[in-house]
Parts: sequence; C-alpha cells; structure tokens
Amino acid sequence: MKHRTSSIAGWALLVALGLAYPAAAQDQSARSLAANCTGCHGPSGNSSGAIPTIAALDRAYIVTALQEFKAGTRQATVMHQHAKGYTDQEIEVLADYFSKQKRP
Amino acid sequence: MSLSRRRFLKQLAAIAGSASAAGASSRAFAGAGRVVVVGAGFGGATAAKYIRMWAPDVQVTLVERNREFISCPLSNRILAGQIELVDLTRGYGALSSKYGIDIVYDEVVGINPDKQELALADGDALPYDRLIVSPGVDLLFDEIPGLRDRGARERVLHAWKAGQQTVALRRQLEAMPDGGVYALTVPKAPYRCPPGPYERACQVAWYFKTQKPKAKVLILDANDKVQSKEALFTKVWKEWYAGIIEYRPNSTLLDVDAKTLTAKLEFEEVKADVLNVVPPQRAAKIAADAGLITANNRWVGVDFLTYESIARRNIHVLGDAILAAPAMPKSGHMANQHAKVAAAAVIALLRGESPNPSPIINNTCYSFVSDKQVIHVASVHRYDPEKKTMVVAPGASGVSAAPSELEGAYAESWGKNIWADMLA
Repeated sequence: MKHRTSSIAGWALLVALGLAYPAAAQDQSARSLAANCTGCHGPSGNSSGAIPTIAALDRAYIVTALQEFKAGTRQATVMHQHAKGYTDQEIEVLADYFSKQKRP
Repeated sequence: MSLSRRRFLKQLAAIAGSASAAGASSRAFAGAGRVVVVGAGFGGATAAKYIRMWAPDVQVTLVERNREFISCPLSNRILAGQIELVDLTRGYGALSSKYGIDIVYDEVVGINPDKQELALADGDALPYDRLIVSPGVDLLFDEIPGLRDRGARERVLHAWKAGQQTVALRRQLEAMPDGGVYALTVPKAPYRCPPGPYERACQVAWYFKTQKPKAKVLILDANDKVQSKEALFTKVWKEWYAGIIEYRPNSTLLDVDAKTLTAKLEFEEVKADVLNVVPPQRAAKIAADAGLITANNRWVGVDFLTYESIARRNIHVLGDAILAAPAMPKSGHMANQHAKVAAAAVIALLRGESPNPSPIINNTCYSFVSDKQVIHVASVHRYDPEKKTMVVAPGASGVSAAPSELEGAYAESWGKNIWADMLA
C-alpha cells in the first residue's frame, strides 16, 4: 500500500503545480481511444497487409478521411460503420494521436 | 499456501529485468502493484501487454497452459485446405523479452479471492493485487450423453478450439467419400463466435464444390435462425452452394451415437459421414470455481467500466466468459477490446485514480464464404452511464454490402495485425 500512497501524492503534487496532470490525463484518454483502432490497423497504427497503415499520416488527412467515412461520402467496406461511432472531438484526438506515431 | 522460494526468485528476476530494460527508477522497481493474468488468448495476452506498455512500474505475471498461441479466428480456412495450423500459430516470446512479463506455463487449479492468491498445478501460489481472468469457454459435453466418453469425442469432433481438432476434422473431410454428408450442429446462443458455424459450413461447402461435388453440408441449428450476417450467408448458400448446403433451424441436438455418427434431434435422427458437434458452452471452469458466474449458471457478470467481476472484488474478467451486453458478440476482437479497457482501469485503480468513465469498444468479425471472398459484421459500443452498460452507437453497426476479395485481403491483414497487437 505504501507505493500506492506515494503514487497519489506524486499525482497530487503535479496537479498542485498545474503541470503534468491535465496533459497526462489527456494522453491516457487518447491512448485508450486509439487502442480501439490497433486491433485492425496494427500496433501504433502500423499494419501488415491490405489494411492501411495509419501511423504518421497527416493529421488533417486523417480527420478528413474519418469525417468523410462518417458522412458516407468516402468509399468504404467497413470504415463508414466504425466512423459513425465516434464524435467529431474524438476524431480530432485520434487523428492527433496517429499522426504522431512512428513507422518502423 | 505460501509463495515458494523458486517463484519468488523468478519474480525478482522478472522485476529486475523489466526495470533495467525500461531504464526505470527504484520506485518502478518497487512497483505500483502486482497483476496476475490468467489465460493468454485474445483477452489475456492483450491485457498483459497493454498494462506493461502503459505502466512499466506494474508487475505482470501471465499464466498460460499452452506454449504457443493458436488463433481460433481464421481457423475454419484449414477445413477448406487454404491454410495450415502453423499459419495461425504465434509465440509468446516478445511478451517477456520486450515487455518484461513473467510468463508461467502452468495450469491454475484454484483462486482464493479472500487471500488474493491463486494456486498453480505445480504447487506454487501467486499473490495478486489485481487478477485478470480471461479463461475462454468450456465445451459442455455432459449435455450430450453420447459424447461423455473420450473415445466418442475422438470420432465426433468439435474443432471449436483451434488446434489438433481442426486438423483432425480436415482429415475426416478429406477421407469422406464424394456423395457423403457432413453434418454440423450449432448450439443455442450465446456461444463463442456467432458467425463461426456458418462460415465453417461455407468453407466445407467450398471444398466439396471444388473436390467432391456430390457431397452435402447439413447445418443443424438449435436456434430459430442464422445468428450472424443472416442475409449474407443465406444469399451465398442459395447462389453459390445450392444443392450442397442445407440449413435446418430449430434442430436442437439431444444426443449422438458416435459409433454410427448419428445426431439425435427432438423429432428425427440424422446419420452423417462426418459429424461435427459444436457443444453448448459456459465460462471456463476456473471462473465457476472462483464464484464468478452470475448469469444463467453460465456467464460472468462484469462492470463494463473496469471488467471487474460483480461478484468478486479485485478480479477482472475478459472475453468469451463474460455476460456481454446485447449485440456484443463473443469474439476474439471483442476480447482484445475488453482487455484494453480493463488494462487502463486496472492501472488507474492500482494508482488510486478513477477509471475512464466513458469507455468505447468496437468489433469487426470477418467470415470467409469461399477461398477468397469475405463478409464482415462490425459495431461500435459506448458506455451508457444511465443504463450502466454498453450500447451500440447510433448508426455505428452493419455488415458488408456483398462478399468481396478486398475484404478477404482485409481479413488476412486483420489476423496479422491483431496478433501483433496482442503479442508483438
């Protein structure tokens, strides 16, 4: 239990300093959301085979593609169904996350 | 039962190894908590990897009885002679070398929720702060008297857990004479992989159509209709496999005669040349033994924010064993998604933080309807705080417009990517 207390104290300190907590919370939320995509698109969005790699794509391109899938204006087999499950803000978060992932 | 010296030393070594690999501080060495994961399938392996990836200061031990992972998804293709078992087999090596997970190849014989400890077959005990159980399903042979005998189960195969059974079923199909009948029984839902039986019928029918054109596929379904992608499967059977596949709904299997390969249904008996029984299923025994089963004497109720059991604190359950919300199929893809929500929640709980209040998960299931043509079903599920369950996001579900080779390529790619997501 000792380590748990120190961990909370650590977070509390960071929050008090107004530094890392909001960014860390955002990072955690982004990585959890992005984890939705990696089952099909591969680790960090790096795909093997026919499914497109989405790691390191241009942020604006990802937003446009997902919005067009969502609107049904872009050719798709399955992405028009998935894209409808995410809000505009979540699409921004996903685009930001995958645009920053590295390719091997 | 106390922690054995051997296990203790092993764990010390694992912690030291992972800490140095991550270049972590002494605080990380002390660890933010001990997580034990039982079962290294789509759920368990993913959870173990993601916890270490997201929180290198959490110690993770993964208990698995098999030395290698064999994917159930895509395994019906073996029946059509399209791939072999080796194509679906992957090692667990990177989970230890890259992520510092302590893998214990052993069987769990008991869970003590009060002591927060589990007992292994080799006599060791493993203590945990949080336990993640991803045990899969048990096949209920007891419900089919003629299959209680082990010899009978070698003649009448299930092949519902990919492995030697799948290879053996392929051999039975190869040995079957042209003009013979392959009968496949489907249990009442819910069962693992809702579209699986219908995909299997297509794979066997494709093999017959190309190699044994007089042979038949008979689907004996305990349900009143096809359980997934109904319109697509029905269309394919009519247009591509007319005269080969016959579908009989409301055909509950009561018993089998393994000697004569006869399926005994409520109103008739059906004799086959190859009889393939997918038995009724239940969360695996370890879940029952730990008192985790809460629904219909079959499934484990969980909190969808954390996948923590509603019956036992500090025990999280993933995958096919859980009582899913409506429209959440028992699939490998879903288990992979459960695992990531649970991984984030377990890390948060170990740190005394609140888990994500609005998790989102999705599903994509591809089914091969010929050697190359594939159809899918997909959905996105969001947490509803009022109903306290997962609900399908409006508009975010559906199936393929039609079978296609493009989706065939996607299905193969999906396999490679999800295995990498959990193991590499």
